[in-house]
Amino acid sequence: MSHAIQERPVGSRAASSSGLTRGGLPRWAPAGIAALSVALGVGTGLVADLHSKVQWGLIAALLFVAVTYGASAVVENRRQAKDRVATSMVWVCFVLAVIPLLSLIWTTISRGLKVLDAYFLSHSMKGVAGFEPGGGVYHALLGTIEQVLLATLIAAPIGLLTAVYLVEYGRGPLAKAVTFFVDVMTGIPSIVAGLFILTTWNLMLGFGPSGFAGSMALAILMMPVVVRSTEEMLKLVPNELREASLALGVPKWRTILKVVLPTAIGGISTGVMLAVARIAGETAPIMLLVFGSQLINDNPFEGAQSSLPLYIWEQYKVGSADSYDRAWAAALVLIAFVMILNLVARGIARWKAPKTGR
Amino acid sequence: MAFTPTQTDTAPPVSASKGSTGRAGDKIFSGLSKGSGILLLVIMASIAAFLTYRASIALSKNEGNFLTTFDWNASANPPVFGIAVLLFGTVVSSIIAMAIAVPIAVGIALFISHYAPRKLAAPLAYVVDLLAAVPSIVYGIWGALFLVPQLNGLNLWLDEYLGWTYVFDKTQVGVARSLFTVGVLLAIMILPIVTSVSREVFLQVPRMNEEAALALGATRWEVIRTAVLPFGRSGVISASMLGLGRALGETMAVATVLSPSFLISLHVLDPGGGTFAQNIAAKFDEANEFGRDALIASGLVLFLLTLLVNGAARLIIARRKEYSGANA
Repeated sequence: MSHAIQERPVGSRAASSSGLTRGGLPRWAPAGIAALSVALGVGTGLVADLHSKVQWGLIAALLFVAVTYGASAVVENRRQAKDRVATSMVWVCFVLAVIPLLSLIWTTISRGLKVLDAYFLSHSMKGVAGFEPGGGVYHALLGTIEQVLLATLIAAPIGLLTAVYLVEYGRGPLAKAVTFFVDVMTGIPSIVAGLFILTTWNLMLGFGPSGFAGSMALAILMMPVVVRSTEEMLKLVPNELREASLALGVPKWRTILKVVLPTAIGGISTGVMLAVARIAGETAPIMLLVFGSQLINDNPFEGAQSSLPLYIWEQYKVGSADSYDRAWAAALVLIAFVMILNLVARGIARWKAPKTGR
Repeated sequence: MAFTPTQTDTAPPVSASKGSTGRAGDKIFSGLSKGSGILLLVIMASIAAFLTYRASIALSKNEGNFLTTFDWNASANPPVFGIAVLLFGTVVSSIIAMAIAVPIAVGIALFISHYAPRKLAAPLAYVVDLLAAVPSIVYGIWGALFLVPQLNGLNLWLDEYLGWTYVFDKTQVGVARSLFTVGVLLAIMILPIVTSVSREVFLQVPRMNEEAALALGATRWEVIRTAVLPFGRSGVISASMLGLGRALGETMAVATVLSPSFLISLHVLDPGGGTFAQNIAAKFDEANEFGRDALIASGLVLFLLTLLVNGAARLIIARRKEYSGANA
C-alpha cells in the first residue's frame, strides 16, 4: 500500500451555494450542527444520567444526522438534504473508526506506563508469582525476536522465490493455482497453522515444544504476505530494464538477480517488514507450540520459550491488578515493536521507491 | 538503482551465446523459484491432509455426534464432543461483526476516496491501516478490560428497548462477556481490511462515469449511488468476505472477551457460547493426546470454513479483474 492514493476532484461544494439555486445553508452549517448535537448529546447524557459514554456519542451522532436533514430540507431541497445526510453519515463512519483506535492506544499507553521501566525490560518472571508485583518481560521479548527472526529466515526466501516465479516465469495452470492458493493462504487462521505444525512436528515427529516450532507456524502465516507484496513490487519494475539487460546478453537469472531485484528491493523489504510486523503479534500458534516459560531461554531450538503476545495472555489469565499492569506494559512494548517495524518499512519504501520510468 | 550500459562485465555477449553456465544457472534458478511455488501448494495440501488424518482418529472414537452434541469432553473416557455450539457461536459472532463492520467500512472507504479533503486522504488511509497493525491479543485485553464495562450500558439499553426482538433479550444478569460484545470487537478488528479493499475498488471507478453523473446535475451522493456503488458492488462483497474469513478464525480476542459455555442461545446479549478458535485455545492446555485430536478435528472444520469463504472472495475479485480491462 505504499503508493499514494490517487486523488481526484469530486463534485464541487459550491454547487449548492451558487446563485442559481434556491438558497443554501452557510458554509459553517455542518460544523455548527456538529457542535450543537455534541452539546445536546452530552447534555442528554448528563441529565438522563447515562453511564456509558458510548450512548452519549450515539445520541450526538443521531442528532447530527437528523438536524442536518431537517435544516437542509427546509432551506434547500430534498436532494440536497439527502446529499448532506450521506456526507454526515460518511463522516460519522470515519469518526466511529477513529474512536476505538484512539481509545485503544490511549488505554495501552496510560495503563502500560505504570510499570514499564528499565527493570521491566531487563528481567524475567523467574521467582515472581503471578499475583505479585515485580518481574519483567525480558524473556518474552527475547523469545519474540528469536522466533520472528527464524520465521523470517524461512519465509522470506521462499516467498521471494515464489513471487519471482509468478512474475518472471509463471505461465499456465501451475502459476494460476499458485496465485489462487497464495491468496487463500493469506486467510488461514493462525490457530490452524499452529495445529498443522503440532500434528506434523510434535505429534508425528515427536519433538517437544520449542521456539522453532512456533517459527515454522509463523512462517506459514508470513509466506503468502511476502509473496503478495513482492509480486506487486516486481510487476512495477519496467520491462525496458529487463529487455536492456537481456539484449546485452545477460542470462535471465542474472538479469533477475542483478537488475530486477535490486530495482525493487525497497518495496520488497517494506513488504517483508510489514509481514514481520503482522506475525510478531500472533498468539495462537505460539500458545500451542512454544508453550510459554517464566525463565530466560535463549535457545529457540530446545525447550519452552515465551513471547510477548503469549506473555500478555498469561498475565491476563492470572487476573490480579499487578498482572494486569504487566499485561498492559507488555502490550505497550509489543505495539511499540510492531509500530517501529511499520515505520521502518514506510521509511524504506519512501527512501527506495522503485523508479517506474514514467 | 540505475542500470547503465557500462555494467556489461557480468556476461559479455560473446560468451553468452555459447556459455553453458548461463543456461545452467537459468535452469537452477527457474527450478528453485518454481520449486518454492510448488512448496506453497504442498504446504496447503498437507495442512488439509494431516489435519484430516488426526481428525479421523478422533472421530472414530467419538461417542457423541460430532455435528449435534452440545458438549466437549474429548479428554474423558469415552470421549464425547460435538461442534454444534462452536459452529453456532462462530457464525453468530461473525454475522454480528459483519453487520456492524461492513456499512461502516464502506462509509470510511467512501470518505477516504470521495469525501476527505485531498491532503488528508492519504494520512487518513494510513491511520485506518494502523488499526490492522495492532496485534489481536492487544485487542483482546482492550476488549476484556475496557470495552466490556463500556458496553454494559449499551447492553441494558438494547435489552430495555429492543428486548421484544428476542435476540436482544438479556435473560441473565452479568457483565457483557457475550457473543454480541465479541461481534463488536471483531467488527473493529476487520474494519481495516474491508475498508482498504473497498477503497481500492472505489478509486478504480472510471472517471468518465462520475463526471457524466456530475454533468447531469447529480449531487455528490447521487454520483456515489449511481456511479460508484454499482461499480464497486462486487469489490465490496469480496472485501466483506475477506473480513468474514478473518472474523471466523480470530482466536485471542474471542478467548479473552467471551465467558464460554456449551449452550446455544439466540439471546446474543447473554454471556456464553463459544467459537472454534476460542475453544481450541481454552481447552488445549488441559487436553490429553486424544483431546488434542478432537481439537484438531474442530480446527479442520474451521480451516475448511475459512477456505471456502476466502476462496469465494478471491474468485469474485478475479472475475471482476477480467471485466475491468475495459476501464484501463
